[in-house]
Amino acid sequence: MKDKSINILKFIGLSFFEPAVRLAAGEDVKKNLTELIKKVVFPIVSILLFILLWHVGANKLYNIERDYKIETARKSGGETAIATELKRIESGESTINSLPSPVSVVTAFKNLIADHKIISAKKSAFLERVAKTNEKRKAQGLKAITYTGRPSFVDQIITSLKTVFAGFFLALFLAVPIGMVLGLSETLRSSVNWLIQIFKPVSPVVWFLLVYMIVKSLTLTYDGDVSFIISFIAVGLCAMWATLVNTTLGVSSVDNDFINVAKVLNLSVGQKVFKIVLPSAFPLIFTGLRITVSVAWMVLIAIELLSQSPGLGTFVWEEFQNGANDSNAKIIAAMFVIGGIGFLLDRMMFSVQKLMTFTEA
Amino acid sequence: MTTVKEKNTRLDNGLFSNEYMLDINQLTKIYPTPKGDYVVLDDLDLKVKHEEFISIIGHSGCGKSTLLTMIAGLNEISRGTIVADNKTVKGPGPDRGVIFQSPSLLPWMTAYDNVMLGVKQVFAHGTKKDRDDIVKYYLAKVGLEDSMYKRAKDLSQGMQQRVGIARAFALKPKVLLLDEPFGMLDSLTRGELQDVLVEVWNQEKITAIMITHDVDESILLADRVIMMTSGPRAKVGDILEIDFERPRNRAELIEHPDYYKYREHLINFLEH
Repeated sequence: MKDKSINILKFIGLSFFEPAVRLAAGEDVKKNLTELIKKVVFPIVSILLFILLWHVGANKLYNIERDYKIETARKSGGETAIATELKRIESGESTINSLPSPVSVVTAFKNLIADHKIISAKKSAFLERVAKTNEKRKAQGLKAITYTGRPSFVDQIITSLKTVFAGFFLALFLAVPIGMVLGLSETLRSSVNWLIQIFKPVSPVVWFLLVYMIVKSLTLTYDGDVSFIISFIAVGLCAMWATLVNTTLGVSSVDNDFINVAKVLNLSVGQKVFKIVLPSAFPLIFTGLRITVSVAWMVLIAIELLSQSPGLGTFVWEEFQNGANDSNAKIIAAMFVIGGIGFLLDRMMFSVQKLMTFTEA
Repeated sequence: MTTVKEKNTRLDNGLFSNEYMLDINQLTKIYPTPKGDYVVLDDLDLKVKHEEFISIIGHSGCGKSTLLTMIAGLNEISRGTIVADNKTVKGPGPDRGVIFQSPSLLPWMTAYDNVMLGVKQVFAHGTKKDRDDIVKYYLAKVGLEDSMYKRAKDLSQGMQQRVGIARAFALKPKVLLLDEPFGMLDSLTRGELQDVLVEVWNQEKITAIMITHDVDESILLADRVIMMTSGPRAKVGDILEIDFERPRNRAELIEHPDYYKYREHLINFLEH
């Protein structure tokens, strides 16, 4: 039981809970207690310190903005203007958009979840209402009526995840085969090296514009979700380079002993590639894919923001444009959600990597 | 042996040869360097009879490994010819099995799959059952019947080299090439594996050439010990026939009065 849970923790990359499990099993109390303090307590302390620092800093920034407003009011209308300004600040009529405090971010997050519940209730009610009509329309060969209301925060997250996975798989199916071909042929590698070196550092924004130029012309008559197509292709192209470079390196640097084995056994090219070269390049390929997932998630936000494809990027940008009292708090809440999901995606890839490769990652 | 002697085929280099499994003629290996050519082997001649076990000793860097990789077809021949089983060596092939110094197993495959990879290649026309039998037979021979389905990376160095031995023998090569196969092992494991090799070889009698640093190992295993001169321009310096009866046994051999004569001969050569 104990060993099993430790193995599971290790596999999903949460090995820092290992001492807690050992402690619960009553094993070597003193050693595991220090381990527990080192691996669990100290990180928690650092989180608390971070929140404290954030809280103090946010207060300070808020006060700077507030003092400035009061000062401006005093200059224009004296004491009475200050009093009205204070009232306006109190009522929220005059907004102060500074760094939100931790408490307001938590409130904003709760509001977003509550908002999501309201919207999904509306959505299911709507679908129930139009269910019959939709059946009729289907029989008549017409398109079904879909819900076109505002997407909730959770909807945005799901859309973003769809985009990032579509982009990731595009990167996977482009970069791994191309990387293998480049890794196997030195001539090809040196002849297209310039292309890799030039396109690798290009910014996500430029990738987006490039994809936009091409896809726009190709989809003039297509009435589907073009912005989704553009954003996932841009994400894929932006994120694929780490995998491409790593696959090339992995395939071109296979251990000479393995190559000799293939030669002595007279393996065919196909056998050599799939039985020897590819498996021995797996560790590097998966490291590349892990970087690709992280990069895909990172650039996604910027690309969604530009493409107006729904998702977290659009959400952040709209909140910024909105400038309501809790907009900044919502943006920070989204930031934590984005970071958290990025972390989870990386853990996921880490587990897949461990499962698929022969060396300890 | 008579069946072999009756065969009298003309070789592609124009010579007649029937009594040697391996015939090396004026073999030269030159590595071009910026400071001019570096001659590793110079006009080396060596003939190996059918079912003979040869070991080659010499100082580090004298070109022993170069010679072996050239026979294996993994290293280009600068001048001269190598004829193995009446065919001129032009490249690597499963008729010349190699046991490398590092076990060179594919770490992501099981011991079984590592052996099967080659067996599939060589016995492509046999049935699946035949191939399965061959792989299991040889893995059992080297004492791995319990670890057949373990992944190579989970096996110890010694066990990995056992798989290497099984893989080489399972392919039924004409010539077996061993490049310091036990060089990376501790002395206890080395002894064990030498015994495994002696035992398997006694049954299979595959013509073998083994490179070694170990004087005792060469006496235990070989019919003839080839002593190479130090490089550059290495040649065969001396040849020692080991006249012990087969099958050999390590314990009995050490008791034998001739053992120390052989040993002294080899050590004298290496020290001068």
